[in-house]
Amino acid sequence: MAAHSTAALTADDFKGPGDTPVFVDTHGKHHPEGGTMLGFWLYLMSDCLIFAALFAVYAVLGRNYAAGPSPKDLFDLKLVALNTSMLLFSSITYGFAMLEMEKEKRGRMQLWLAVTGLFGLCFIGLELYEFQHLIHEGATPQRSAFLSAFFTLVGTHGLHVSLGIVWLVILMVQVQMRGLGDENKRRLMCLSMFWHFLDVVWIGVFTFVYLMGVL
Amino acid sequence: MFSNPDLQKLLFGRLTLDAVPLHEPILLITFAMVGLGGLAVLGGLTYFRLWGPLWRDWFTSVDHKKIGIMYIVLALVMLLRGFADALMMRAQQAMAFGPNEGYLPPHHYDQIFTAHGVIMIFFVAMPLVTGLMNFVVPLQIGARDVAFPFLNNFSFWMTVAGAVTVMASLFVGEFARTGWLAYPPLSGPAMSPGVGVDYYIWALQIAGIGTLLSGINLIATIVKMRAPGMGMMRMPIFTWTALCTNILIVAAFPILTAVLAMLSLDRYVGTHFFSNDLGGNPMMYVNLIWIWGHPEVYILILPAFGVFSEITATFSRKRLFGYASMVYATVVITILSYLVWLHHFFTMGSGASVNSFFGITTMIISIPTGAKIFNWLFTMYKGRIDFDVPMLWTVGFMVTFTVGGMTGVLLAVPPADFVLHNSLFLIAHFHNVIIGGVLFGMLAGITYWFPKAFGYKLDAFWGKMSFWFWLTGFWFAFMPLYILGLMGVTRRVQHFDDPSLQIWFVIAAFGAFLILLGIASFIVTLVVSFLKREELRDLTGDPWNGRTLEWATSSPPPDYNFAFTPVVHDHDAWWDMKKRGYVRPVSGFSKIHMPRGTATGLILGMISIVFSFAMIWYIWWLAALTFAALVVVTIGHTFNYARDFYIHADEVVRTENARTALLAERV
Repeated sequence: MAAHSTAALTADDFKGPGDTPVFVDTHGKHHPEGGTMLGFWLYLMSDCLIFAALFAVYAVLGRNYAAGPSPKDLFDLKLVALNTSMLLFSSITYGFAMLEMEKEKRGRMQLWLAVTGLFGLCFIGLELYEFQHLIHEGATPQRSAFLSAFFTLVGTHGLHVSLGIVWLVILMVQVQMRGLGDENKRRLMCLSMFWHFLDVVWIGVFTFVYLMGVL
Repeated sequence: MFSNPDLQKLLFGRLTLDAVPLHEPILLITFAMVGLGGLAVLGGLTYFRLWGPLWRDWFTSVDHKKIGIMYIVLALVMLLRGFADALMMRAQQAMAFGPNEGYLPPHHYDQIFTAHGVIMIFFVAMPLVTGLMNFVVPLQIGARDVAFPFLNNFSFWMTVAGAVTVMASLFVGEFARTGWLAYPPLSGPAMSPGVGVDYYIWALQIAGIGTLLSGINLIATIVKMRAPGMGMMRMPIFTWTALCTNILIVAAFPILTAVLAMLSLDRYVGTHFFSNDLGGNPMMYVNLIWIWGHPEVYILILPAFGVFSEITATFSRKRLFGYASMVYATVVITILSYLVWLHHFFTMGSGASVNSFFGITTMIISIPTGAKIFNWLFTMYKGRIDFDVPMLWTVGFMVTFTVGGMTGVLLAVPPADFVLHNSLFLIAHFHNVIIGGVLFGMLAGITYWFPKAFGYKLDAFWGKMSFWFWLTGFWFAFMPLYILGLMGVTRRVQHFDDPSLQIWFVIAAFGAFLILLGIASFIVTLVVSFLKREELRDLTGDPWNGRTLEWATSSPPPDYNFAFTPVVHDHDAWWDMKKRGYVRPVSGFSKIHMPRGTATGLILGMISIVFSFAMIWYIWWLAALTFAALVVVTIGHTFNYARDFYIHADEVVRTENARTALLAERV
């Protein structure tokens, strides 16, 4: 899985004497590239479609209040702004961790990962506080289709972030145990993509659900 | 059972002894037969001491060939279940006229047609397609395995877990009575309070995880692991169709996951996505599920097109006519399959312009499909055609599928659809394309690649019997349904009043009986071929004089597929090698890097079965426990870094020398 950064070989790389075609790679020249990054990217795109479906559902049901509360009654933009900044900061600190990883500085990388995890926890904490507050006011997922769609979209994102935090802790343990080998670096890259992806999705949630809901 | 009802509820949720249908004679007989059959299999395995090899070489194997074969075995077993449902429906409809109520009460009949659809699509057609792609694609592109071998094994066991969940509904509780897509509000908590829809949801969610991961896996494999020289336009057509199918899987299955998750929330939490009150919208479910559902039918048919392309070229002894146009047609179908979902419910009333758009896109799909038919015909034209069994399936497909395609175009006309919507005409149409297309394709593919997988060909006589019974059976079973549909008979009806219709249902039942003979002949083929395996043995690895790389290695291929990675110069790589005097290297072998087998996938699959069962029956403590177990096992697996090993050079030399000796013996 090490970096076989050479471009893919073509048939021209396998010519015998006097241009006779060579049909088998007897010298072990061919090393198929690792597909992990592509595979994980594909997974992220499939996850993106789950969010797309939930956004579409929110677009259809988002104004079906059933005589219940509307976004204007419920959303506290200041809280959401704070929440959003937590997630955005966590993406920046994850970026710092990756820079330290490139420099092979394990201790500093772990530190930045820990900071990232804390920001993530703050985000989840604020979100849970918001949910609890809404439910306390009677704005439960069962109240109207708008609230069903709202809790499901935002909650699915929150579940992803929680999963990301668990994954982050596991990776920190694994890096501590086994150092920064190729395998662990690859895993950190995957989590990096996952984390930034959730950031992008949140920007969509923030804009589409909160801002446009209150404006 | 317990004096304290609260305790019983805590321990068993809503599961009680009444859930076991001891009062249904049909189910009891089934139960007894399945039990006896299961005991016979278990006893046989123990008697012949097969547990060890089965566990080591199959269940925990990450070898794509083994996994592919296991998928196909799963599909064939489930085919028997799904077909038993079909026979019961045909028998009921052939007799239930006027005073005769038939032998199936409505609540049972409704479960049967739901289970038939779910099983045939998710647990027969999908595993057949996935199994064939798994087995063939890495061989066709000259790779040693798929990109993520463990994930492949895990995907398989999740599919098994889904299948087991559906089967469990037969013996504990009930299955959904909603039709195979479980439209709300019928599938909502008010109209379907029982466990049937929950069985449906969890079976599909669990199997769906497997399908999605195997889709990602095969895309990464095809994109990243092709042999040197195999550019995109040199890929075999089957690999092309597999690529497009897996792209469709990755782009469609998440929608199914999301929509079923929302239906679960409606049922478990009481949200209002698809309810009729408090702002919910049932038609949104119908839209979303068909945004998955229409690509799904192309997920099934594209690989079948790939199989026919390989077979037509091989058995006509000609290069495939119009390779590039075949590729473009496949890609165009892939894209268009996302733009037609609304044709499944023109009657929703979305207005003339929306219906026209979707009607026209639907009709446009027939253009690339028609182009493919002509490509196959032109490949056969002036070819030296061998009418071996795979070729018979192919010709049978071309005739049958074309009729199904034309009735599809008819249904794509919105005003016509308003008349034919939900009629038996529709049932005839989609069976016409799924049996005549997907199923014929998969049976052709199994016959074609069987010698590669097991080292001997399938018996041709019984293969032909199977083909002719299936073909005639199909025509007898479904042509009457076209006629009934045109007369206005609707689907999913358990009893009829008009006796003049009965004759058509009797003819259809006769057709189903012929198909039964076709299935029986197929099983006989497998048995007879096994008994005659020495006679049918393929020593060359190339029994059909094939054109693509899977025929370059031995039958069955060694674990590592190719001792040396092939180098590709043309799109029929193996044909090119044979034509230009390729000489198989007989020395210089070295050690080969391979993935290691693991039981994690199997363990996760088994825990998933218990988890879904606990969720279905509201046994919350068990659900929490098994969910925690799933998390722990998954995390534990990530701490295992020893995922690979080397096949020793000596062993490679031994394997390859044995093949050298075999080939020399033949000459």
